[in-house]
Amino acid sequence: MDSLLNDQRPPVFCPGCSHERITHTLDKALQKMGRGGNQVVIVSDIGCSGLFDTFFHTHAFHGLHGRALTYATGLKMAQPDLTVVVTMGDGGQGIGGAHLLAACRRNLNLTLLILNNFNFGMTGGQFSATTPTAAQVGSGFLNQLERPLNICQVARSAGAPYVACYSAFQQDLADKIQRAIEFEGFSVIDIWGVCPGRYSKKNRLTPKLIDEALSEVPCQEGIVSENVRHEYSQHYQKLAKDQKPASPPLHIETTCDPPQPDRQEVLLLGSAGQRIITAGEIMCLAGLSAGLHTTQKNEYNITVLRGPSISEMILSPEEIDFTGIDDPSVIVALSQEGVERRKELFAHLDTGTTVIQVDGVQLPSTRARVRAMDLKSWGIRKNNWALAALGVLAKMNLVINLDMLKSALKVRFTGKNLEESLLLVDQIKISL
Amino acid sequence: MARSLMEGNEAIARGAVAAGCRFFAGYPITPATTIYNNMLNLLPPLGGIVLQGEDEIASIGFCLGASMAGMKVMTATSGPGISLYSEHISFAIGSEIPIVIIDVQRLGPSTGSATRGADGDINFLRWGNSGGMPVIVLAPVDIKDCIRLTMHAFNLAEKFRCPVFIASNKEIAMTRESIDVDALDLPDQIERCSPPAGKPYFPFQVTEGQHVPGFLPIGGKVLVRQTSSTHGQNGYITTDHGEIARILNRLQFKLESAIDQFSFYDLLPAQGSDTLIIAYGVTARAAKAVYKEFNQHGVPISLLILKTLWPIPANTIRKAVRKMKRVLVLEMNLGQYVHEIERLLPDISLDFYGQMNGQLITPAKIKERLAIG
Repeated sequence: MDSLLNDQRPPVFCPGCSHERITHTLDKALQKMGRGGNQVVIVSDIGCSGLFDTFFHTHAFHGLHGRALTYATGLKMAQPDLTVVVTMGDGGQGIGGAHLLAACRRNLNLTLLILNNFNFGMTGGQFSATTPTAAQVGSGFLNQLERPLNICQVARSAGAPYVACYSAFQQDLADKIQRAIEFEGFSVIDIWGVCPGRYSKKNRLTPKLIDEALSEVPCQEGIVSENVRHEYSQHYQKLAKDQKPASPPLHIETTCDPPQPDRQEVLLLGSAGQRIITAGEIMCLAGLSAGLHTTQKNEYNITVLRGPSISEMILSPEEIDFTGIDDPSVIVALSQEGVERRKELFAHLDTGTTVIQVDGVQLPSTRARVRAMDLKSWGIRKNNWALAALGVLAKMNLVINLDMLKSALKVRFTGKNLEESLLLVDQIKISL
Repeated sequence: MARSLMEGNEAIARGAVAAGCRFFAGYPITPATTIYNNMLNLLPPLGGIVLQGEDEIASIGFCLGASMAGMKVMTATSGPGISLYSEHISFAIGSEIPIVIIDVQRLGPSTGSATRGADGDINFLRWGNSGGMPVIVLAPVDIKDCIRLTMHAFNLAEKFRCPVFIASNKEIAMTRESIDVDALDLPDQIERCSPPAGKPYFPFQVTEGQHVPGFLPIGGKVLVRQTSSTHGQNGYITTDHGEIARILNRLQFKLESAIDQFSFYDLLPAQGSDTLIIAYGVTARAAKAVYKEFNQHGVPISLLILKTLWPIPANTIRKAVRKMKRVLVLEMNLGQYVHEIERLLPDISLDFYGQMNGQLITPAKIKERLAIG
């Protein structure tokens, strides 16, 4: 197979740089695999390792510092047959640490070559996540304060199924890279090299010293058996195949007439756990069954089953412009904390507003018509109060009627839930 | 007639799928999360891909990779996520990567209020990239717009090879609304254009008279280079100032010269009015209520609802302002877009009402403001 090196763009690394050696080694590995240039993409980011993609006659994607793995993930998911090789430096590995951890956990079939030369070469030799504390670098004394990262250890803990650490100078590196690329899953190779332009000016580092240092780092080479598992893209396809197609939006036919001919605004003031939002949705669906336009605007805390929950509905024969409520026909006061959230509203109300007051909820002083609803004595559980309030409104022919409500319940619920909700509504007796 | 009930975020997801989107990546954030939920329901059964990134930077990075592999891609977030997207927004602009980005705005600054609406990112979307190149920003008013404008956003991203934002708002995104889906007038799908056949491919070369380079996917037969660095038409770093200037000027020109093709707006004129309200997003709904009420009572005021905010639709605005003595600009922030209008209309009496407290601007507030004038 031919070389995939770009004959128009020979490597331009500093004299003696390990990156140049690795460029040729990677080319040798790809040649041995018989890959054509259009079967491979080199994904790189910032720093000297970011020059890699230009030296290859393959597809190329060069992006921002530390983000190469993110582009590689999108490319591989979209083109599963493509051989994706990612090059990053120790700098990119540091700034993109979250992406490295996630890639290890994800196990997409990518190969990451970390060209580790222990410093930020391009910007003047500052310390990186792998700089030894004893090294003299362009960051003054700061590298003495931070412990260097053992990339292999981290990758293994994070779940990478193929992890290795090599010297840029070892003779069999091309074979090693080939093995990593051929592995069906995420493979990480930490390749130690020298940066003659910066790092090794003040820190003696030779191939022999790298070998010695590597022998002291416990890194089991290659497949990490406890991390071997499904490859992400194949696994994704398998699970995605079993997902049921999403249903199209429900179309609600007009089957009845609304009790009032004009715009009606309704406020449900309750608490999380009272199924306020569901009741609001049912009221809107009821509106649709009467051919009305509807909106539902909700307000609740991020906690589940704690805090106030408020739903504001508008039902109108006209298109609804403003979705806020300033003149409610109905307020259902289902809990004290719900009422507190809107307490300033009550002073402005007049007899045009009906307040349904659940037993035990205190109302601020108001001129609105108040109607008490003793749900407890009816034996209705708290999580059904909002729904029961809709039953009360339907029986009063206020905003909705029974036909509208029942038709909405049939849209929203099925089976046992539907039966129970219809029973609940029938159970409500009000004296007019 | 049959209507459906849907929230704005679901409408955006359905619009995206209808536009041909088959790749979505996101990171959970209120009030944008339900776009992700909906995409997760919609896409995998269609053979599409939905990913949850380890952070927002990864989510948009996945999208850029998949877009360069030829897919129509979308991501969705809110202000704090847009902040993290910034480096990749710049990348998508400078390297002409089509992507639709939904910003469901919430009250800022910073983490602000997760469940309160605002339009505080309007200038951030335009200017939050390094290099200051233009982007396209569309602002929906209701769920009909969420479907329609999202489809337009995909078409524009494909046509111009650029990021296109939907500037939504919690108050549209999480408000449920009735909609007659079948009655919507929806655009046809537009695809990326290919380079001319039979010629060597240069990823950033434009044909004579065109302003957008032909697209080929990474992974195809022909080798494609993509780079975030300053590049020539061959996709390699260049130091040729002439070529750099040509490409960067083209990035600006391709959008700004075409704005009249995609200036979406509703102009509601009133016979004999000399007052114009300019509004966008959910605030336009309160303005429309006031417009209707005033005109019913014989007080003529006109209303311009802008749905394309960037690039600035100067002709749309100038045309609407003709014969007007007074213009009132409304925004759910403390004054951002109003300065663009001020710049366009130096000779007009410009009034502004902005509000940033997590509440909708009410029709009553607008009437109060009109009365002051």
